Amino acid sequence: MNQKVTRQLYMLPYTLWMIFFVIAPIVLVVYYSFLDINGDFSLANYEKFFTPTYLKMALSSFWYAFLITLFSLLIAYPTALLLTRTKHKQLWLLLIIVPSWINLLLKAYAFIGIFGTYGITNRFLEAIGIGTQQILFTDFSFIFVAVYIFIPFMILPIFNSLNQLNPALIDAANDLGASKWTTFRRVIFPLTMEGVKSGCQVVFIPALSLFMLTRLIAGNRVITLGTAIEQHFLVTQDWGMGSTIAVFLILIMFLFMALTGKRKRGV
Amino acid sequence: MDQKLSPVSKFFLIVIFVILYAPIFFLVFYSFNSGGTMYDFEGFTLEWYQELFSDTRLLIIVLNTLVVALLSALIATIIGVIGAIGIHSVKKRSRKNAILSLNNVLIVSPDVIMGASFLILFTIAGYQLGFYSVLLSHIAFSVPIVVLMVLPKLYEMSPTLVDAAKDLGANSWEVVTKVILPFISPGIMAGFFMALTYSLDDFAVTFFVTGNGFSTLSVEIYSLARRGVSLNINALSTLLFLFTIVLVVVYYFINQRLKTNGTGGRK
Repeated sequence: MNQKVTRQLYMLPYTLWMIFFVIAPIVLVVYYSFLDINGDFSLANYEKFFTPTYLKMALSSFWYAFLITLFSLLIAYPTALLLTRTKHKQLWLLLIIVPSWINLLLKAYAFIGIFGTYGITNRFLEAIGIGTQQILFTDFSFIFVAVYIFIPFMILPIFNSLNQLNPALIDAANDLGASKWTTFRRVIFPLTMEGVKSGCQVVFIPALSLFMLTRLIAGNRVITLGTAIEQHFLVTQDWGMGSTIAVFLILIMFLFMALTGKRKRGV
Repeated sequence: MDQKLSPVSKFFLIVIFVILYAPIFFLVFYSFNSGGTMYDFEGFTLEWYQELFSDTRLLIIVLNTLVVALLSALIATIIGVIGAIGIHSVKKRSRKNAILSLNNVLIVSPDVIMGASFLILFTIAGYQLGFYSVLLSHIAFSVPIVVLMVLPKLYEMSPTLVDAAKDLGANSWEVVTKVILPFISPGIMAGFFMALTYSLDDFAVTFFVTGNGFSTLSVEIYSLARRGVSLNINALSTLLFLFTIVLVVVYYFINQRLKTNGTGGRK
């Protein structure tokens, strides 16, 4: 009994952290979602969320997140596959990871220079005769930069699951006369599905909640759920509505995790 | 690279690497531009670096960022290690899984939600936004990462080690400091570095809880970048890039050394 008490005393800092920074914030967000702008208890925010304005915003946010995840996957999968076939694969992997450690803001800032009206991309377009285009503050630039930022996070889990793949299985497929494409479609891809799923997880949810890129790169043209939350909390000060959107984002997150994850047991 | 790769695959990998690194080197390149823009390279200058080092406000912000990162990583590591040892000692499987899922909430939840909910928390608690609110938030989101880094090491440790120490007359404090902590030190190191990089990289959470008087580098770059291009940021990003590389190399070597120590049997 005595030992149990001392153990709980040891655990106190961690327990306090869990109460104050995990449980309390969720409870507070849910509580605030039921408060209207005057601080009265109501369901007004939820009614507002189901009006066309907010639903359209949520849908477009989904669409952008979907596109970003799709393009990241299309680029990351072949990259990871080729990386596993290089000689010093861990070193190459490290080189892929390093850019993801550079501050996000700096990378976004770099693209302001690259895509700007007089930027290097427009110089190139001019030189090959297409002429100057508006690139910054378009959907294209937003998706391009977001994909750029998320690629390393998509490559890492896919690389890991490809790395764990038993090469004998591929040899077996070859011996049994499968073409390269069949081997990929029937053996490699299904067996690395776990990596693809966790890659999609680490890209899709953050892509739904991006708000810094929408301002810097998309020039407020794109409004994601994240932008809306930020807007409500820091600009219009309507915390209730912001919390309501946050509640939906949390629900979507759990739904998405339930759809893609689940099979990770224990530690 | 390996001979097994076809020229097309090699080309693909090279393109990916160029795209990943181009924006960073683009920033570095223009930090030496005397022209003052990110498109016409007029001549070599160190003017922007000089300006950077004479900007006391910015230097204070750099210092703030480092202090927050180091302190939060340190405190989060302590809390996280305690938490991991606690979770490890929980016998009941369902309870352990419940704690682990709560632990992971902050890892999977989007930055915006963390930022917004912490903002509500600090406001309700009547806590002044500033250095301490930023520090507390950074500790909060670093703790679960440390736990996840340390836990696998604890499971790697054979329980007979602890039993042997107890048989030889060690009390529980000695078991923790002389047996468990040395064994899991690679995990602790990894956790500390992850916490450090998370803190240095964080923008969204800090943006919500920073208030008026206090700023970190990410938040400062954001507000500078919204005003447009200024080559101070380029100079700053060059220095940060070098700093990141140093951090990666240090981390790599510490890891390497700990690995050889671990297998070589200490003392």
